[in-house]
Amino acid sequence: MSDEVERRAYNKDEVILSGRGVTKVFVNGKVRNTAVNHVDFDFHKGEFVTIVGESGSGKTTLSKMILGLLPITEGTIYFNGKERDIRSGHKKREYWKNIQAIFQDPFSSYNIFNKIDTVLLDCINMRGGRNLPKEKKIEMMTEACRFVNLEFKELTNKYPFELSGGQMQRLMIARIFLLKPQILLADEATSMVDASSRATILEMLLNLRNETGMTVVFITHDIGLAYYISDTVYIMEHGKFVESGPADTVILNPQAPYTKRLISDVPKIHEVWDLSSVDLELNEIKKDSAK
Amino acid sequence: MKNTIRQLFHSPNFVVGFVIFVGMLLAIFLYPIFHPGSPLEMIGVGTFAKPGLYISVYDSVNSETETLRLPDADEKRSGAVLSDEDRVAMIEWFGKAGVDTTNLDASDDAAVLELWKANYDPDKTIKGLTKAKRAYYRRLNEALANNGEAELYVATKDADSGELVEKSEIDKDAYVNTKDVANVKRLVLGTDNFGRDMLKELLAAAKTSLMIGLIAGSIATMIGLILGLISGYVGGIVDDIILFVMNIFTVIPSFVILILISYSLGQSQRGAGVVAMIIGFTSWVWTARSVRSQVISLRNRDHVNLSKLSGHSLLRIIFTDILPYILSYVVMAFILQISSGILAEAQLSMLGLGPKTTEVPTLGLMMSWAQLYSAHMNGSWWAYFPVIFTIALISFSLNLMNTGMDQVFNPALRD
Repeated sequence: MSDEVERRAYNKDEVILSGRGVTKVFVNGKVRNTAVNHVDFDFHKGEFVTIVGESGSGKTTLSKMILGLLPITEGTIYFNGKERDIRSGHKKREYWKNIQAIFQDPFSSYNIFNKIDTVLLDCINMRGGRNLPKEKKIEMMTEACRFVNLEFKELTNKYPFELSGGQMQRLMIARIFLLKPQILLADEATSMVDASSRATILEMLLNLRNETGMTVVFITHDIGLAYYISDTVYIMEHGKFVESGPADTVILNPQAPYTKRLISDVPKIHEVWDLSSVDLELNEIKKDSAK
Repeated sequence: MKNTIRQLFHSPNFVVGFVIFVGMLLAIFLYPIFHPGSPLEMIGVGTFAKPGLYISVYDSVNSETETLRLPDADEKRSGAVLSDEDRVAMIEWFGKAGVDTTNLDASDDAAVLELWKANYDPDKTIKGLTKAKRAYYRRLNEALANNGEAELYVATKDADSGELVEKSEIDKDAYVNTKDVANVKRLVLGTDNFGRDMLKELLAAAKTSLMIGLIAGSIATMIGLILGLISGYVGGIVDDIILFVMNIFTVIPSFVILILISYSLGQSQRGAGVVAMIIGFTSWVWTARSVRSQVISLRNRDHVNLSKLSGHSLLRIIFTDILPYILSYVVMAFILQISSGILAEAQLSMLGLGPKTTEVPTLGLMMSWAQLYSAHMNGSWWAYFPVIFTIALISFSLNLMNTGMDQVFNPALRD
């Protein structure tokens, strides 16, 4: 992990989205389960942020709260310096013009009864392009598809489930390209697609950021991936940020024991794997089964 | 959609159910076109005429005859007179009189009659017979002797003197062609206790019952669907309130509510439509419950979240992102509701709480009438068996279609 990664500069003064003491408690009868525990964050304009954590650490809950799909138990989220107001349906829709998401599973992200055209047309309509001439709309959709290496002519009148997982996820990015939000939340957007598609999708996300200057919040469990793509890394454990800062600082010089463990779990290609701990565990298992 | 329908018709279950159902619908709608008239018209005087071909006696006497000499005509003639009761009595008499019956086949009319003719003597006294029984045997003997032996004449009244004048003798070998007889009526299923044509009544009843099932099923499915969607998607306090109402309806058996409402309405107010509505308003609970749970599982799916993010309104999300996903389930629930609506009507009518009896027949009412007039006691099977069979056939075909749909719509059951 010693390779130097070239990182793009962003304006560190221009905070677009920030949270103070954001908390989510799921109450089920008398059981209180704190999924996200007093979390603070500042996302800047044009920043590529990665939130890293194991499953169950509260990453997805946090992303849903940021998106406004889950109510916040405690704390405040500020958007463009002002407290976010999504109490009415109209205000929510205004908020969603600025913040969009890509979900983990492309297969369940689409309504299987809607054609691809509908998916893309919805985005144009949302940007106020409802009354544009048909040719203009097709031109916009073609452009969006070209951005993600898809041919609109081949996709028109097809259903999303006729595409492969990678194609579907690329179509999701085409959607974002049309919507041009200020913030994009990508929740494990590459974990359900194959390795070659993963690289393409990550590259497209980076291109999107570079071209439009949008803030990308990438949520992943893969700290190695985070190192290569992000400007800033937040490490999340049990609903709390245990460490955060520039990617180089956090990953090359980790302070929190949790971060160290995450990094040691990354498979290394250039080094011989230290399997001593695995051997110990195997021996224990053998002993157990011998009993 | 097209593909789904094609798949449906590849499912043997669905096809069988569909064919039975469409066959029934054709019968229900085509029969009245060829045989018009009210299904409640009482054509028979007296109760429970047997199924069969009825030929007017008056007209057949007055029709042209042909002479046919059929070898077994006499035997059949006497056989038709000999009832099972008489046969048993005769065999009993043989036993008492000490007649050897070892070689007698009791089901052979001719043999029994021959033995009777050879042995019976009204003057012979047999021990152990009451006077009434002796009289009974004498009458039986006379009846048997007259049948096929006595000559029958057609007589008309003389216009002037008022005396009977012989017109013609009825020859035993004379036959009329049924086509020459002016009045012939085929009662395929006989008549019911009021002397109505059972077949016509049955088909009209099946139509009414299907209508009742359809109305009840539509109402129940609509209420269940709307409440389930609201309760499942909106959640929160709305869900709590709807769930509370659902729980009340679940713990009180809906049939009891059905009985109470039907009873309080009174016979004169209960038309078939009203009964259908009552059934619909009391049977929505399970649809609502299952729709609610399906919607809850759909509510947090990514495609719904994406639709929200795309700025779609609540109604649009419900109609495009939730409803299509549960539609196949709702259609199946609807089919089951139709069949249970028909059964509920039959149950109500058996209790005497069905639709009023003067307007239209329903399957339940026909069963109720058959029971009230003891059709099952006097052996009039045609008064209730075809009704049971029709109810079973409707439920069977609807359930088959439902199973077929389940196989197509439920990916877990797909081959």
